[in-house]
Amino acid sequence: MLRYTIRRLIQLVGVVLVLSLLLFAWLRALPGGPVSALLGERATPESREALTKQLGLDQPIFVQYVKFLGRALSGDFGVSTGVQPGDSAMEIFLQRFPATIELSFLAIVIAVALGIPLGYLAAKRRGGWFDNLSVAGSLIGVAVPVFFLAYVLKDVLSAALGLPTQGRQDAIGATRVTGFFVVDGVITQEWDAALNALEHLILPAIALSTIPFAVVFRITRAAVLDVLNEDFVRTAESKGLTSPVIRRRHVLRNAMLPVVTTIGLQTGALLAGAVLTEKVFSLPGVGQALAIGFERRDYPVLLLLIIMATVVYVVVNLLVDLSYAFIDPRIRTR
Amino acid sequence: MVTPTRKKDRIDALAASSGESDAGVSLAASAWRTLRRSPVFLTGATIITLFVLISLLSPWLAPQDTAEPMLIDQVVKARNEIPPPQPGHLLGGDLQGRDFFSRLLVGSQQTLIVGVLATLIGLAGGLTLGTLAGALGGWVDTVVMRLVDVMLSLPSLLLAFSISAMFARPNQYTVIVAVAVVQIPVFARLLRGSMLAQRSSDHVLAATALGVKPGAIVFRHMLPNSLGPVIVQSTLVLATAIIDAAALSFLGLGNPDDRVPEWGQMLGDVQNVFDTHPQLAFWPAGCIIVVALGFTLMGETLREALDPKSRR
Repeated sequence: MLRYTIRRLIQLVGVVLVLSLLLFAWLRALPGGPVSALLGERATPESREALTKQLGLDQPIFVQYVKFLGRALSGDFGVSTGVQPGDSAMEIFLQRFPATIELSFLAIVIAVALGIPLGYLAAKRRGGWFDNLSVAGSLIGVAVPVFFLAYVLKDVLSAALGLPTQGRQDAIGATRVTGFFVVDGVITQEWDAALNALEHLILPAIALSTIPFAVVFRITRAAVLDVLNEDFVRTAESKGLTSPVIRRRHVLRNAMLPVVTTIGLQTGALLAGAVLTEKVFSLPGVGQALAIGFERRDYPVLLLLIIMATVVYVVVNLLVDLSYAFIDPRIRTR
Repeated sequence: MVTPTRKKDRIDALAASSGESDAGVSLAASAWRTLRRSPVFLTGATIITLFVLISLLSPWLAPQDTAEPMLIDQVVKARNEIPPPQPGHLLGGDLQGRDFFSRLLVGSQQTLIVGVLATLIGLAGGLTLGTLAGALGGWVDTVVMRLVDVMLSLPSLLLAFSISAMFARPNQYTVIVAVAVVQIPVFARLLRGSMLAQRSSDHVLAATALGVKPGAIVFRHMLPNSLGPVIVQSTLVLATAIIDAAALSFLGLGNPDDRVPEWGQMLGDVQNVFDTHPQLAFWPAGCIIVVALGFTLMGETLREALDPKSRR
């Protein structure tokens, strides 16, 4: 188990290195570049040359890359040029990360809390109207552009429910402890602040949860269908076990493996979806920073955030793989 | 008997479903027999046939020009009103006073082009890499597959965003390239899996024994047997490509030139007037949802029909 974890972590380092090299080469290949961005179009050739030298851009690309790696190891990923000009990229990431975690966590909770029970019910009533209806719903859910759904929720539902539509600008701030708005409100027992933060999160989280929900639903349904055909379920039924016991111990337990894997894989969809939903609801998270970064071509911030997104994605999936051994003792992780 | 969920495993499972067929009936024939009677497949196929027909005929179907602001005198200068529906203009105008209905019709054409080109480019790239890796093996396989793994470890839409951002001036083609590159690793893994599965199969062994040249074995014997999973994946990619293109437009990474309309662009471009003119968003969004659903329905039913395990 330990050896397996270490091997996977070493693989992660490899992935990050290759990815950073690709991203780095791509940044340098861009038309324009940081010199034009900093000095503008009308700079004199002399001042351009001086800045090029000062930034080290006159050196061979691999020298630049090694220097970049050296700085990156000490947490210096450069300074933002578009998202929050002047702030360091790392600062922006650390500031915004809790907001995105909160949003994604709520979204995945919604997706799992609805997806697993509905998937189980649909599989039990295979071919019935409930099954057909929910399968159709899940197919439509994947076909709806996330940002469009976010706008619909924002403009239609928020008015009907009296929920706020704009980020945290108007939120009652709790005393900062952890940086997580809802958690801070609960810890300091400032309940109105916690509630306010939650109100700001609920609609974006619903929008963000549709695709993970549809996927969790379909995988649960397929996995339960697989398990229901197994001999051990028939045996359990024929020896007279009650259906709640069969459901919990025999069906769901065995069907959970692919479902848990799916939840891990949805981290990727969540990160991409957060780019879209946070922009619609102007939530100050990592996704919004990415969206602004793409729009204003803020390369240092993009580089760091994309690498971090990949790290989070790979680490979550490593945790998922490690959890297999707990869900199914037959699996020995090598 | 567990359903594969990991992106890699799902691709590999799909790849493994290639090649084998029962005695007597070919896989294609039996799949067609199932599909012909599947209402779900027929629904999807009808949607897509209509979509393709409309997009091919749209230049003649569209009642008005799509680039010229014909209703401009009726657009209030404050820019915050749009021309209402009126005779000759079924859905009124857009923000620039152009006929909205005609733009929706013609938009189907660009949307189809984005979907098809992105899929073809992704397929061509993936086909080349996957065939090379699967047929040659050895270090080529290792290098290609490690690169593919790095690409797969980045969330796919995020990869499309990054590729788009690398073009200083986005246009129609940068959108297509960004959406297409994301699909290359998926197709590559699919093809490689299928090649590996076949390398030890009887028909390849027979061909080798008969002295068929290696190149001919790959192109005449192995590739045709991988077609099933490739078709399934392509159908599903057609749907995601169209949705992803819309997301790119929404982030300002789409084609800024809107004289030739495209649904994703029409939807992404009206984000600032969502609350005041929801109809400008609902129509293109509705079209995208219906077409994406059509491709997904076809893809999912094709997958089931071509899966040897599900055949009875």
